[in-house]
Parts: sequence; structure tokens; C-alpha cells
Amino acid sequence: MAPSALLQVTGVYKNFGGVQAVSDLSFELSPGELLGLIGPNGCGKTTTVNLITGFVKPSQGKIFFQGRNITGMAPHKIVRLGIARTFQMVKPFYQLPAYKNMIIPLYSPRVKQLAGGKYGDRDAVALDLLEEVGFERDAYVAYKNASVLPQGYLKRLELAKAIALQPDLMILDELFSGLSLAEVASILPIIEKLRQEGKTIIMIEHRLKELFRIADRVVVLNFGEKIAEGPSNVVMESDAVKKAYLGVEA
Amino acid sequence: MKKRKERIDRGIKARSGDIFALSSWREMLYLSAPRLIPIIGFMVLPLVLGDYWQKVLLSVAVFALLAISWDILAQSGMISLGQALFFGTGAYAAGIFNYYWHWHPLISIAAATIAGGLLCTLFLLPVLRLRGIYFSMVTLIIPLMLVRIIEATKIFGGTEGLTGIEALSSKWIELYLAMAVLTAALFGFRRMIASDYGLILKAINDNDRSVINAGINIYWFKTQALFISACVGAFAGAFMTHVYMFAGMPVFALDYSILPIAAAVVGGPGTLAGATLGAFILVPLSEILRGIGGLRIVLYGLFLVVFIVALPEGIFQYVQRKYHQFERWVEVE
Ligand SMILES: Nc1ncnc2c1ncn2[C@@H]1O[C@H](COP(=O)(O)OP(=O)(O)O)[C@@H](O)[C@H]1O
Ligand SMILES: [Mg+2]
Repeated sequence: MAPSALLQVTGVYKNFGGVQAVSDLSFELSPGELLGLIGPNGCGKTTTVNLITGFVKPSQGKIFFQGRNITGMAPHKIVRLGIARTFQMVKPFYQLPAYKNMIIPLYSPRVKQLAGGKYGDRDAVALDLLEEVGFERDAYVAYKNASVLPQGYLKRLELAKAIALQPDLMILDELFSGLSLAEVASILPIIEKLRQEGKTIIMIEHRLKELFRIADRVVVLNFGEKIAEGPSNVVMESDAVKKAYLGVEA
Repeated sequence: MKKRKERIDRGIKARSGDIFALSSWREMLYLSAPRLIPIIGFMVLPLVLGDYWQKVLLSVAVFALLAISWDILAQSGMISLGQALFFGTGAYAAGIFNYYWHWHPLISIAAATIAGGLLCTLFLLPVLRLRGIYFSMVTLIIPLMLVRIIEATKIFGGTEGLTGIEALSSKWIELYLAMAVLTAALFGFRRMIASDYGLILKAINDNDRSVINAGINIYWFKTQALFISACVGAFAGAFMTHVYMFAGMPVFALDYSILPIAAAVVGGPGTLAGATLGAFILVPLSEILRGIGGLRIVLYGLFLVVFIVALPEGIFQYVQRKYHQFERWVEVE
């Protein structure tokens, strides 16, 4: 185990009844890195995110964050340590306006415990953060109830909620799925900016072209097992990946 | 000549600038009336009502508090079918403090409010993780169980209950204590639910996993909401113990669970003001209907159904909307 690693997943298993969702998964993440996590549908990517964030407890194996064992820790405590994630299926507060959705992460103990994190006017900070992810300030959209927002805005809201937590590690679960090419193109720069700020990011993506543009390294899963790891161009040349993931005969 | 109904949102105009609001008496009245009317009403009603209706007013205040208590819980995603648990626990606590230990009624009420709140929170703590109907079922069952336990073990006077509890020193103290606590609870907790803290409770109701995902311990917040709500209900019970000078098994009756829900639904849930308004309509209505005997429940039920069908948003939301909009007929060519 490299002592410098931000996140270490070591020999993690998870089965749901008979389904082996994740099997003997190990990988590490250095600070400032952007890791792509890819694989066919149902291969265990979301389960891996749930394992790291504590929403699901591993059947076996350990997870370390900043050298600390976080295996089996309650999810809200893991967030306070500095891991924020977005949900593949967006989970906004539908009864609240978009900018009021932002108050919940801004109220978080995570934000309060950070230096300068005691926000006076959370509404103002909420509007600033929403503007950062593309809620036009002049338009009325930030004041609309989440229940009437289109998918593109809900995904941005999901991202803004994660940014508000000022995490050390961000996990984005299929942020781009269900979005148009234009929408993806407008969100990509936000992620590049987060990278420049030194954020460590795990991205789960089906749009490989966009992912490979920004990822330092990818981990490929198939049936819950890691079948390849490395720089994207190297990994995509591996036979196992071609066969399992792309369905191409080697 | 055609006419068209024009609708103007008054609120935007008055709220858009403090300077503007303060420059006109009408605007100031417009902004302050929603607070002034209930407060003045609460203060004046005890003075103008006769003996009989003063008793009804106490009952109204108690049910309004139970409805507020229900509404605070419902806001946080916990639908209680057992407000009688809060009421009864507070009632028995006050009864015990005064019957066995002879505490002064005011001290007994204050202590029973806190003790009742704590006890109910402890009772429900194990089921706090249950969602939806499972939580509701448990709240419905616990008061029914407590009645049987008291009956079987004959504790706290058994079926006889605790009698000869000391009353408050005058009916004016009774009336104004009830009105003061109702005012404080209504405005205090309205302020609470409008704050960022209240927003967290609402968000838990909306999507609890997303709140956890913000690093917030939802069980701690739910426990707090439960404690606050239970204290409000326990106060109502403790207060009635000293009004009736009695605490016994009827304090766990289903009435104390059902009527507050009806009041909150008719008045409009989610605002606390709706719950209060509902109690001010339903409790006197049930008194008026008392005269007609057996058909009382039928008429009462009919009234509820008609109201819920005609005004599903609740009376308060309807009145609020109309108050902020101002309509007039204008001519169009
Ligand atoms: N909570 C759960 N209960 C039962 N099975 C689950 C659960 N979550 C995921 N699975 C199963 O685990 C496997 C991996 O799912 P998932 O991690 O969502 O895949 P991916 O995100 O890669 O598409 C799937 O077969 C899925 O049906
Ligand atoms: Mg997934």
C-alpha cells in the first residue's frame, strides 16, 4: 500500500443474494488523479461507488480513505471525511426550488467544519454555485421547483450539490447519461476546471471519447471483476477488454 | 363590451422594497395583518366568550397544539396516527407529578412537557428507521397497548385513574396559558420550518438518501423533530390533566389521534397555521353538532369529505393565495 494514496480499495467483495456484484476488487487512487471506471451495464460500477460511500457494506475486503479505514462506516460520516458522489439516478429534492436544493449540502457539517465554511447567507452561495454549473443567473430557472426541471438541469444540480461539499474526492456516476452532446460539451469544462483545482475524481462513463479526453487512468470492470487497468489507450488495446467490453473478437 | 378578470399579485409589490412597504399604511397593514389578526384574536377571545365557550376554547387550543405537533412530524416525513401517545404520556406525567409528589400545577405542566417529550421519543426511537406506513402503524398501536398495560397492572390508579389533581388557580390562567402557548408554538415553529433547519426536515421527507449524501445524520434530525413534536403534544396532555383535575385511561383515546389529523388536513398541512385553523373550525363544529345526537358523526364525516374534495389544498393555503392576489374585472374591447 502506497502511503501517498488517497483511496485504497483492497480485495472487496459484494454479493446480493446470488448475484456477485463486485468480486475481489482492488485499486488505488493518488491525490489529483482522474480515474475512469468503465464496463458494460450491470458490471458493478454503481455498486463500487456505493461501497466506497458507505451506502452498501462490503461482504469482504477493506476500503481506506486518507489512510483511514472507512469500511462499514455510516455514509454521512464518510461524506464528512471528504467523499462526495452524484447519483446515476438523480436524487433532487423535488418539492424544493433548485437553489433551495443547494441549502442541504451547504448546511452539512462537512461545510461547517472547513475553515471559512460557516456561510452567512446560504441562498447567495447556492446561487453562485448553481451559476458555476450553468444555471443562468438572469433566468428564472434556479428558482423553479426541481420537479419541473429538465434532465440536463437536474444533472447539473446533482453536480453542484457535490461541489458544495468541497470534497477531496468526487465520484461522478454516469453524469453524462441522458444528456445531449451539446449538454455534455457544456459540462466537460466544469470538470476540467475541478481537475485544475486539484480535485481527485472518479468518473463512471459510457461516453468513452469524452472520458478518455480527461482521464489519467481507467479501471475496467466485467461481471464485478477488474479485468484491466492503466492509461486509456493501453487498456483499450488489451484483448480481455476488447472481448468483454466492446464485444469485439480479438 | 367584454370583461376579463385581472389578477395581480399583491405580495410582490409590497415585498419588493422595505422602503416602499414602510411608506404606506395600507402596505404595512397588508404585511402585518396575517400576524396581528390571530394574535389579537387569541388575546380577545377569552374575554368575549361565555363560560361554556371558554371551555370549548381550551379544547380548541389543545387540539390545535396536537395538530401542530402532527404537522411538524409530517413535515419531516413521519406520519403519526398516534398523537394520543404524546397527549396521554404528558397527561399521565403531570398526573403523577401532582398526585404523588404534589408539584405546583405550573411546574408539573412544564416538567411533564419535557418528560413526556423525552419518553415518547424513547418509545419511538426504535422505529425511527421505519418509513411510511410502518412508522404510522407503530404510533397507532403504542397508545392502545399502554391503556391495556395500565388496566392490567393497575398502576397509576388503574382503571380509576388519578383523581383530585390540583387545578390551576383561576380560569383566566388556564385560558391565557393555553393561548400564550398556542401563539408561541404557532409562530415559533412556523419560523423554525421556514429556516434552513426546517428545510433539512422537509428534504428528509422528500429524499432521505440525498440528505445522507450531504453528510447529514438524518436520524439525529428526525429524533429532534420527534422530540419537539412530542413536547408540544405532551404539553397539551399535561395542561388538560390540570384542567380536568384527572388523568386516566381516556387520555389515550383515539379522538386525540384522529381529530388533530382531520384538523391539519382540513386546514391545510405543512404550514402549522392550517392545522391551527382546522382546529378552530372542527372543534366548535363538533360542539354545535352535539345537540343532534346520533347523526353527529355522520354529519361530521360528511363535512370532512366535502371539505377535502372541494379544497384539497386546505383552507389556509386557499385563503393565503386569495389574500396575496387581488382580482378585479377590467374591460377589454
Ligand atoms: N441493492 C441491490 N440489490 C440487489 N442487486 C443489486 C443491488 N444493486 C445492484 N445489484 C445488482 O448488482 C449488479 C451490478 O449492478 P450495478 O453496480 O448497478 O451495475 P452498473 O452500475 O455497472 O450498471 C447488477 O446485476 C444488479 O442487478
Ligand atoms: Mg450504474
